[in-house]
Amino acid sequence: MQSPVEIVQHSGGVIGVSWLMIALPLLGAAILLLGGRRTDRWGHLLGVAMSLAAFVVAVVSFVEILGLPESERRRGIELYQFIPGVADMGLLIDPLSISFALLITGVGSLIHIYSIGYMSHDPDRRRFFAYLNLFVAAMLLLVLADNYVALFVGWEGVGLASYLLIGFWQFKPTAAAAAKKAFIVNRVGDFGLLIAIFTVWTTFGSVAFGDLSGATVSGAIGSGAASQGTITAIGLLLLLGACGKSAQLPLQSWLLDAMEGPTPVSALIHAATMVTAGVYLVVRSGAFFEAAPTAQLVVTIVGVATLLAGAIIGCAKDDIKKGLAGSTMSQIGYMMLGAGLGPVGYAFAIAHLITHGFFKANMFLGAGSVMHAMNDEVDMRRYGGLFSVMKVTAVTFIIGYLAIIGFPLLSGYFTKDGIIETAMEHNQILGWLAVVGAGITGFYMSRMIFMTFFGKKRWADDAHPHESPSVMTVPLVILSIGSIFLGAFLILDNRFMKFLAPAVGAPEELPAFHFVSTAGLATLALVAVGAAFAWFRYGAAEVPQVAPRGSFLTTFARRDLYGDALNETLFMRPGQWLARIAVFVDNRGIDGLVNGLAATIGGTSGRLRRVQTGYVRSYALSILFGAAVVVGALLYVGNM
Amino acid sequence: MNGTIQAPTIEYALLSPMLIVFGAAVIGVLVEAFAPRYLRKSIHVPLTLLALVGAFITTILTALNGLPDKAAAMGAVAVDGPSLFIWGIILVLAFISVLLINDDEQFVAQASAVPGSTDEEEAVRSGFAQTEVYPLALFAVGGMLLFPASNDLLVMFVALEVMSLPLYLLCGLARRRRLLSQEASVKYFLLGAFSSAFFLYGMALVYGYAGSIELKAIADSLSTVTGQDTLLYIGTAMLGVGLLFKIGAAPFQAWKPDVYQGAPTAITALMASTVLVAAFGALLRVFWVALGGLEWNWQPVMWGVAILTMIVGAVLAITQTDIKRMLAYSSVAHGGFLLTGVVAIGTFAQNTQALSAILFYLAAYGFTTVGAFAVVTMVRDAGGEAGHLSRWAGLGKRSPVLAAIFAFFLLAFAGIPLTSGFFGKYAVFAAAVSGGALPLVIVGVVSSAIAAFFYVRVIVLMFFSEPAADGPTIATPTLGTSAVVALAAAATVVLGIFPQPVLDLADQAASALFIR
Repeated sequence: MQSPVEIVQHSGGVIGVSWLMIALPLLGAAILLLGGRRTDRWGHLLGVAMSLAAFVVAVVSFVEILGLPESERRRGIELYQFIPGVADMGLLIDPLSISFALLITGVGSLIHIYSIGYMSHDPDRRRFFAYLNLFVAAMLLLVLADNYVALFVGWEGVGLASYLLIGFWQFKPTAAAAAKKAFIVNRVGDFGLLIAIFTVWTTFGSVAFGDLSGATVSGAIGSGAASQGTITAIGLLLLLGACGKSAQLPLQSWLLDAMEGPTPVSALIHAATMVTAGVYLVVRSGAFFEAAPTAQLVVTIVGVATLLAGAIIGCAKDDIKKGLAGSTMSQIGYMMLGAGLGPVGYAFAIAHLITHGFFKANMFLGAGSVMHAMNDEVDMRRYGGLFSVMKVTAVTFIIGYLAIIGFPLLSGYFTKDGIIETAMEHNQILGWLAVVGAGITGFYMSRMIFMTFFGKKRWADDAHPHESPSVMTVPLVILSIGSIFLGAFLILDNRFMKFLAPAVGAPEELPAFHFVSTAGLATLALVAVGAAFAWFRYGAAEVPQVAPRGSFLTTFARRDLYGDALNETLFMRPGQWLARIAVFVDNRGIDGLVNGLAATIGGTSGRLRRVQTGYVRSYALSILFGAAVVVGALLYVGNM
Repeated sequence: MNGTIQAPTIEYALLSPMLIVFGAAVIGVLVEAFAPRYLRKSIHVPLTLLALVGAFITTILTALNGLPDKAAAMGAVAVDGPSLFIWGIILVLAFISVLLINDDEQFVAQASAVPGSTDEEEAVRSGFAQTEVYPLALFAVGGMLLFPASNDLLVMFVALEVMSLPLYLLCGLARRRRLLSQEASVKYFLLGAFSSAFFLYGMALVYGYAGSIELKAIADSLSTVTGQDTLLYIGTAMLGVGLLFKIGAAPFQAWKPDVYQGAPTAITALMASTVLVAAFGALLRVFWVALGGLEWNWQPVMWGVAILTMIVGAVLAITQTDIKRMLAYSSVAHGGFLLTGVVAIGTFAQNTQALSAILFYLAAYGFTTVGAFAVVTMVRDAGGEAGHLSRWAGLGKRSPVLAAIFAFFLLAFAGIPLTSGFFGKYAVFAAAVSGGALPLVIVGVVSSAIAAFFYVRVIVLMFFSEPAADGPTIATPTLGTSAVVALAAAATVVLGIFPQPVLDLADQAASALFIR
């Protein structure tokens, strides 16, 4: 087993100024938000430029990293000491963080460009770009930070940006409610992360990734400085944080509602980048999880449960974006599963994360393009036959579709198969459940394709679909190229695993990719069955314009597996009662105490104030008195 | 040999900062005597500023040249790490305060004219200005430089008077509300003289015990002299009273609000920032260098004083209705916070930590204070500055930038993170905790919480109240005043976000500790 290498302090080069990646989009956001309407005319261009500039810095840093010997590929950059030794701020540029930085800035830039077209009719386009830039900056801080505290700042930053962007059309009550829901559900996870950070700090006296290697953690267990239970607790609390951000069970409920945001937001934040932060957190905290097998097991269970739940939800949604959101949940479930499987799994999880970033952004933007053409209609039952009208969108969407269902040789085939194979070696049950999930994926994604692009036209009367402008289609084409080739590039020859090894470690023996394996063939077979079933239901047969009542199972899936109902009965209602009781106690008890205390101090102040007579003689007397007391006290202490 | 006087050796280079300031002050007096009235101000301002800059530069040069290992001027003046750091702070703060003083609206046209008389009207009409302010300020600054650096009690007493006498005068020179200003001046003078008497008497008693007034000799005598303890204890207490009066520690704080309110605000800014620095320097020198061996005796008393000071400052500030009086009580409370650092005396490392914390706190607090008083000078009514808090209601709507800056200063006083005040408090309390004064720190934190109330109340008043219809106007600031506000705000931000360089500097100054 190969361990991660030591972090080397770095100066000079582009890596030395890699903080620009964060600073530039942040500056963009500041200019656009503070500049107000004056920046309306060119605001979107500035936003795109800042994102592209960050991308350039990321690419050059990446090239510099490649130029370094493997043992020196983790570079630490010291930026700022708030309280020395307590809250140092620095960046960690290593293969893991730079992979994320490339994804965030690369896909982020494409989505910025796409948004120029998508948001061109929105009067608040500038504000939109400001938030997008803010998001990119916060997300980069999250992945580039060299310690948990700075990571948490980024973590909250993306939460804020997500909140602002989900509720971007806050005049829609549903959007406002969805934004609030996302924020509140995330809060639960954030508390987990926060307590995890506190625990790490009290146990190890540091929150820097560099001080928390696997050797430190196992050393602490060995020497008794940390109990096994503490490490497991840290792992589970980190997982709770990850579940909130990555919409994993049981904190999944916000993601479907989050689709109220503009579609580029769904593509960037709720598909490609932010929601994968949980996977990043788990992989980055590998030192803890590898020392806590129980926590690791829980990670894999959460992953599998979510990948199935997401897939089932995806089957019943008629809203194209919600369908894709279910699919996002499900795919992140795969990543989580991979992240719970140790170093081999890490590489596949992150590889899948990156390819997913491409094909899911590709499909979300495609969905946006369709909506753009159909007067913002999202109900797939009112689509149909769009292939002939918008060929670029359709072809790129279908490429993304083939990638996600794992069509041989496309991106998803390699990365998802890697996770399934690894899971299979680890635990047969988990492996087979993941295979079943892949089959369901084949069904619901095919359903989406057939309902949208093929079959009869079921358009609204005033719909005149047309292909989107090239500022929107070019990003689609670029993303679809990634959807085709990226997987093969990363997985074959274990290229990505070798690249990540200095950051997350690697197994002694690198796994070989089998084009023919039991799990692979079973997956393909199940996917084919799923797709065929979808063809019979939605391709060959007529699709009704209004959703039929459906079976118990369909309702179950349509209602998001009763996640909201569960939350409402378990948390919301008791929470409301708790709030009412708290208000009562606060008003009657605590306020009385506080006000009483305040009144006492105020009264004392008022009485003491009378001593301040303004007469110099009384002041002198008070000095004399004070002096007498001081003299007396000193004599008393001295002669004691 | 009897009958011959040995010429004392004076290290002029080491003393040059003081010499420059005093020299410029003397030249200032000559300017008053010989230059025509209309020219005086245009000579004074550059002269004063140049002198302060020159003194600052020589201070830095001295620091760079390395420190001597014994006191200068025949053992009378100790130029050591803490002295130099304190000099640096005092000179910078004095420079900023002089920029603020450079505003004729602040000072009386003719101090000798009876308030409300025809003489006064005439003086105002003919555009007189009391330009003696500048040399007086320089003399005061010179005294402040000498005060914390004096290595024997007699020099310290002289420095105390050199520092105080010009300030008594300056307090009486306000242009508006002159009776209040003159009253403040007289009160300050009487009480100052009273406290000086304590200091002097304490000095005499300690001399009676130790047979010397040199701090080092006093320290040595602690272990050799026996049977005279009562003399020493009373002497120590009286010295303490004299010094604590200058700091404004309770129960010797009564003068502070009256004087701060009555004095011209620019002078208040000068006093509130620099005198505190000088007085803490002197207090530390006396109690650590001369009386360090007696710590088990004075420490408990200092505890009591610190607790009382923090509580009195914080509690009394709550019911103040005048912004300057409120800031005066806030200054009392801050004096209490600083005293928690003074009691944290012990091992070498502990002393260094406490000293460095106090030095940093003084620098941070000084800048914020000057800035806050500078803002006070800008909020004006028909009758001069609008001191009453009710007049500040809704200021945030009228002048958002100014109100925001003032709010920022208040947050710094309260010690909110990302302002300089946070690190000052953090450093001092951390030092006190490692010095075993945890209960003191708890009192400190509780009084900080009480203090936060009245700081935040002003912020609430400024931003969340409707402005009065006939509210105060915001004077267009002179270049000097805006520079002061900008510098103070910048210092408060920088020390709050990048405190490390200044903390390092304070550490370096403190690690030299006081020489004997």
